[in-house]
Order: sequence, then C-alpha cells, then structure tokens
Amino acid sequence: MWSRRQGRLSTLACGVEELRCRRREREAALRKARREQQLVSKRLLREDAPEEAGGQSAAVLLGEAEVQQFLRLAQRGTDEKEREKALVSLRRGLQHPETQQTFIRLEGSMRTLVGLLTSNRALLQLEAARCLHELSHSEQSAVAEACLPATSYLLTYLSGHSSEFIELCLYTLGNLIVESEAVRKQLLPQGIVPALVACIQSPHVAVLEALGYALSQLLQSKEAPEKIIPENLGFGYFLAVFERSHWYLCGSCSQPTSAGSSLLDSSLLQHMLRLMQPGPKLNLGVAVEFAWCLHYIICSQVNNAMLLSHGALPTLAMLLLDMAGAAQRMDDAGLELLACPVFRCLSNLLTEVPVEAMGEQMELRDERIVAALFILLQFFLQKQPTLLSEGLWLLNNLTANSPTLCTSLLSLDLIEPLLQLLPLSNVISVLVLTVLCNIVEKGPAYCQRLWPGPLLSCLLNTLVLSDIEVVGQSLELLQLLFLYQPEAAQAFLQQSGLQALERHQEETQLRDRILALQQTAIHG
Amino acid sequence: MLLPTALYSRLAGAPGAAEPLPVERNPAAGAAPFLFTPRLVRFPRDHEFFEDGDVQRHLYLQDMLTQVSETPEKSMVPEFTCQVAGCCQVFAALEDYQHHYHMSHGNTCSLCSRAFPSGHLLDVHILEWHDSLFQILAQRQDMYQCLVEGCPEKFRTSQDRKDHMVRLHLYPADFRFDKPKTNRGPAMPAAADPPARALKDDSDAMEICSEPAAPPPCRRTYSHRIPSTVCFGQGAARGFKSTKKRNKHP
Repeated sequence: MWSRRQGRLSTLACGVEELRCRRREREAALRKARREQQLVSKRLLREDAPEEAGGQSAAVLLGEAEVQQFLRLAQRGTDEKEREKALVSLRRGLQHPETQQTFIRLEGSMRTLVGLLTSNRALLQLEAARCLHELSHSEQSAVAEACLPATSYLLTYLSGHSSEFIELCLYTLGNLIVESEAVRKQLLPQGIVPALVACIQSPHVAVLEALGYALSQLLQSKEAPEKIIPENLGFGYFLAVFERSHWYLCGSCSQPTSAGSSLLDSSLLQHMLRLMQPGPKLNLGVAVEFAWCLHYIICSQVNNAMLLSHGALPTLAMLLLDMAGAAQRMDDAGLELLACPVFRCLSNLLTEVPVEAMGEQMELRDERIVAALFILLQFFLQKQPTLLSEGLWLLNNLTANSPTLCTSLLSLDLIEPLLQLLPLSNVISVLVLTVLCNIVEKGPAYCQRLWPGPLLSCLLNTLVLSDIEVVGQSLELLQLLFLYQPEAAQAFLQQSGLQALERHQEETQLRDRILALQQTAIHG
Repeated sequence: MLLPTALYSRLAGAPGAAEPLPVERNPAAGAAPFLFTPRLVRFPRDHEFFEDGDVQRHLYLQDMLTQVSETPEKSMVPEFTCQVAGCCQVFAALEDYQHHYHMSHGNTCSLCSRAFPSGHLLDVHILEWHDSLFQILAQRQDMYQCLVEGCPEKFRTSQDRKDHMVRLHLYPADFRFDKPKTNRGPAMPAAADPPARALKDDSDAMEICSEPAAPPPCRRTYSHRIPSTVCFGQGAARGFKSTKKRNKHP
C-alpha cells in the first residue's frame, strides 16, 4: 500500500492548485465530521471522486438484466476467460451505487457471489472477492449489510496462505467493521478477533498493513473502549483459565462473548510492539497502523499496566529516536503519519507510570529522547505544523516530574529553540510556557541557568497578548522566576514590566495574580 | 527554530544524561493566588486537542482506500500451466498463480485429495475423516471441536457442532467447510467432463476440490516451465501422521 500510494500521486490528471483546493475541502469536511462525533463513518472513508484516475476504474451503471447475465455467465460459463471477464464487468458495475442497489435486490445474487467466492477457480475467487469489496465500501447500509452472508468465509480465508487474497479480505472486513455496531455484533461472535490475531504472524507486509488497518477500525469503534477491548484484554485470558468452556452473555446484548480468546492478550501486544521496533525490518506503513491501534488501546485504559510490563515505553522511545534519525537524513516520506500516534502513545502512556516507578524508567533518564523530540519538532515546523502541539504536550509529560530531563533541556541548550516557538499560536505558547514552568519550579539551581537570558524579554512579549491562558501561564512563570531569581524581578521593573501587567488588571481571572506579582516586584 | 549543532551528534551518541541539578522548592511557589504545579496531562481519544491529527489520519486513509479498490498491477509472464499432477489450469500472471496454488494445492489432504483454505481446517478434516482413533473416542466423549478459532467448545456429533456454530457464532447453516463425512470416495467426480463439473462444483462445493487424478485431455500448447520468480511456501500435501497402515481408498 505504501508504494502504491506514492505512485498514485503521479497519475492524477488535475493540477497542483486544484489538488490543494480539494484537499482543503476534504479537511474541512473531516473537521466538521469529527466535531459531530461522526469521524468514523463509511461515507468519509473513501474520497468522492470515482470519475478521475482514468477510464480503467470508471463506474458503469448496469441494469438488472445485465447484472443477471454477468452473474449467470460467471457461474455457469464454459470458458474460463469468459467467466472471469463477466465478473470483471460486474465489478466495474458495482462501483456505481445504483448498480449496487440493483445487485442486492436481485434474488440469489449474493448467494451466487458467495458460491464463486468459495469455488475452486482461483481467478473467479479473486474477482468475486473484489466484487464483495466494492459492495462493502458502500455508504448505503443495505448494501454493506448485504455482504454479511460472506463474512464467515472471509474470516475463514484469513487463516489461509494466499497473501493477495487475505489482503483483500482484510480490507473488506475493515469496511464492514466501520459500517455499524449491528454489523460488528455479527462479526464478533463469528470470531473476527482471533481471526485477525492469527494474521499477525504473516510475513507479508501488505497483509500486515491491511491487518493493522482492520484492527485499528475495530479498536476505534464507538463501543470498543467499554465492550470490545475490556472483554478481550488480558483479563479474558485469565477468565478462560477459570471458566474453561463457558461462554457468557454480556449484559444487555444477547450476543455471547468469548472467555477463551483474548484480543489484547500478551501475544498480540508483543507482536504489535515487535512490528514497531526500529531497525532494518521496520515498515513505515505497517508501523503507522499498529501505532494507531496502540493509541486506541492506551486511551481505553483497560490494561496499560500490561503494556508497560511488555516494554511499550522503551519500544516507543527507540522509535522516536529512530524517527529523529530519519528526519535528519531527510529519509522522511510519511514520517508525520507515524509521529502523530507515537507522540500520543508515549505521552498518554507516561501518565500511567506509577509515581514510584518513574525513576526506574530508563527512557526518562536518557536525554537523547528530548534531543530526538526537538529534531522532530523542527522538522515538523515546516512539514506539518499541526504536530507541534502534540509534540510539546509530550515534552510536558516528559519533563513535569523529571529533574533529569529538565536539566537536559538546559545542558543541551534547548531553551532558546523552545522560546522561538512562542509566537506560533496561543495553544503552542501555553504549552511552551508550561514546559518552562516545569523547569523553573524545580528551584534556584535551574533558574540560575536561565539567567541572564532571553526568557524575560519573551515573557514581556507574551504579556502584550490578549489570550487569557497565555497571559495566565506567563504570570505563573514570572512568580516562580521572581521567587528563585530575584535579579529577574529587578530587571522586570527596569523593562517596564509593571506597565505590561497593568494592561490585564481588570481581568477577573488574572487580577489576583497580577496584584501579587506587582507586590513582589516592587517589594522583593 | 534553530537547533544547536551539537544536538545531532548527541542523538547519535550513547544513552544517558547529565547529573540532574538539585531540586530545591520554596513552599511559596505556586501558592495562592498562583496555581501551577507540574503535572502530566492525559487526553482521552475524543478530545479536541486531537482534532488536527485525527483529520490528517483520515485524509491518509481516504487516499489509501481509494487505491485499494483500484485494479492491482499484475506481473505478467508468458502463459504457463500449473505443474501439480492433474491440474491443467493456465496462468499468465504470477499473483494469480500464487493464489491458485495456495487455494487449490496448499492445504490438501493426501488421503482424499480434498483441498482446504487453511491448515487448521485440513487438520480438523484429517482428524474427523481419516483417524479411526477419533471415531472410537467420539463414541464416548465430545470430540467435534468448534471450527471458530478461539472457541474451546467440543461436541458429541457434527450436527451438534453445526447447531452451535449457527446459534452462537452466527455462521450460515450451509457453511461450506463443515459438511458431515459422507461415504464418497476421494474427490473424483464420476466421468464428468470439466465444463459440466464446473457447473456442479460451484454451487455445491463442500470444499475446494482438486482436479481428478486422471487428467482430462488438455491440449498442452503452453510452456511447461514455471517462471523461476514464482515462489511458494508450504504446499506439500499432508496426511494423517500414523504408523498404522493407511487404508487405501477404493
């Protein structure tokens, strides 16, 4: 998929400006959908532009008679090539939503298709699978749900050895997974989870990428955090030991859930982490999918302790170092796609480390991690500025309780680069100021290293802004600075700091702090 | 953002960090009206902080999935015939041949020539169809295991197993890979020639049947050589591993 993606960009006929414009539209649509909690929806998964990219995949509208004819020919034709061609024609037709409707309304059509899917003619099987894939893409629930009779076979074929076929089945299942909770309620009892898990040992990169995709869609579904992940994670494994052959019904729904199979038991997590290990075997496309899977798992907070015990933190930290190396070498195609979930996984997982154990985490005592983070931040400043805030959030979580890494920021001369990020946006300003607070609050030894320096003039600049959060965080920083570095208060007065403070005196949320700072500055 | 040049070499250097500076807090720090204490922040997955990243992720998925539906390019080669005994299917693309080989010859029962989509189903078949010990044990205990991976249930009869799969696992009642054993011999259709056989098989396949042992007359106008770039994994037909003499099917 990765290589196919690169190739696609060169075959599009439209110009660069048009591309940019379309991308902005797509982005706006996605943003809106996310705010409405509709981001995981079939409609948004495929770009609405089937007519471009040449005539090869042009959707063809077929009538009922034609659909019937193609099906009959495929099923009973005498010549192998004729049968195959009939299915290809059908597939082209099925790219058109009306043909899809015609197909599902035709009696016995799905049955015939399933028959071809499970036949002994390899090429017919493949084409039948492609037809099914087209149907699974449909935004119309009726069409996607018409694929349900085929799912038991799709799952069975996942344990086979034909990688191209497995890949196709996985993408089809991925589409069906996204369709609706009703569809998932059929797929889960059919054993989709163990079937997916079995694929993780495949040596084929394309299969792994497709698997990661399907799994990430399952883990992203609405009911995943409360139902799918907990019912299958870790504890399920232990339950199996006690309740050997008992299936238990889950709460309100009448579907049974497995006590014997664990989605997220030890071995799957270990495989996932293995696929994210940096090194010559790391495939970016695969790592991206599993990083997203990991993100959803971590967010569900179902068993992060197990993730920690499996060494998720060191794996993610090493991956971060590896990515920084790649950015440095300009070997960076798609790096931003991996950085986003990795930042999130690392950052959220850090919050799960028990306070007592913080000191033992080697990653938190290795300053290369902040070096890597800054190299990546600088890289994304040009390529993907939206990633900066997530990277700075990670920096906060790394430094909040770590004297070691706060010291590293000082000894590696990273304060000035950090300050250079201040003007970018209010969100970024607040994050930068918070990180600086993390450093400064550790006491005089830390503040001394910041003085003299550009910090004060930067703070005076932020005080000119009107955003309350930015100003508020600046006030916090000033208080700490004045406390541990009294010369800073004097310089503040000399540089018209009091006037800068006065601007915000009337602001309710800031008033008390402003007063207190004014007192400190004047009286020491 | 200008980074110090030493940073790049630090990245490539050894793990570790300088000794942390001593921490010495004043109780007045962060005291009212001030609020600050250093703390780790956790964001739940739907938080608006994640909006940008989620949108980028989705844009990528859109691109990716549009490509998946495009017809893949195939590695075309001069036409050749499958070399497995009795199979005369002809191929002109390596990917097609690999798929055919895996599906039709990959997990084949050496005792009755039936092919299965996975090693697991082949194992179950051999056990239930060709293992006389299984038959004996089945009279006394539940031996028919559920075919859904991960389900530990076993049943007294294959019918019970089918009922379980239909009821609990929502499998179709006519699931093709779960037919009860019949007294049919190996998968050899009686004197049917290939075209008519194709008609019957596709609607009635109980498993993937290989070509009959006696090859129908094929006109060998195609090259016999399989391109050397074709590689395949497992594929040797397996049979029941038994030291006992195997019954030859009539």
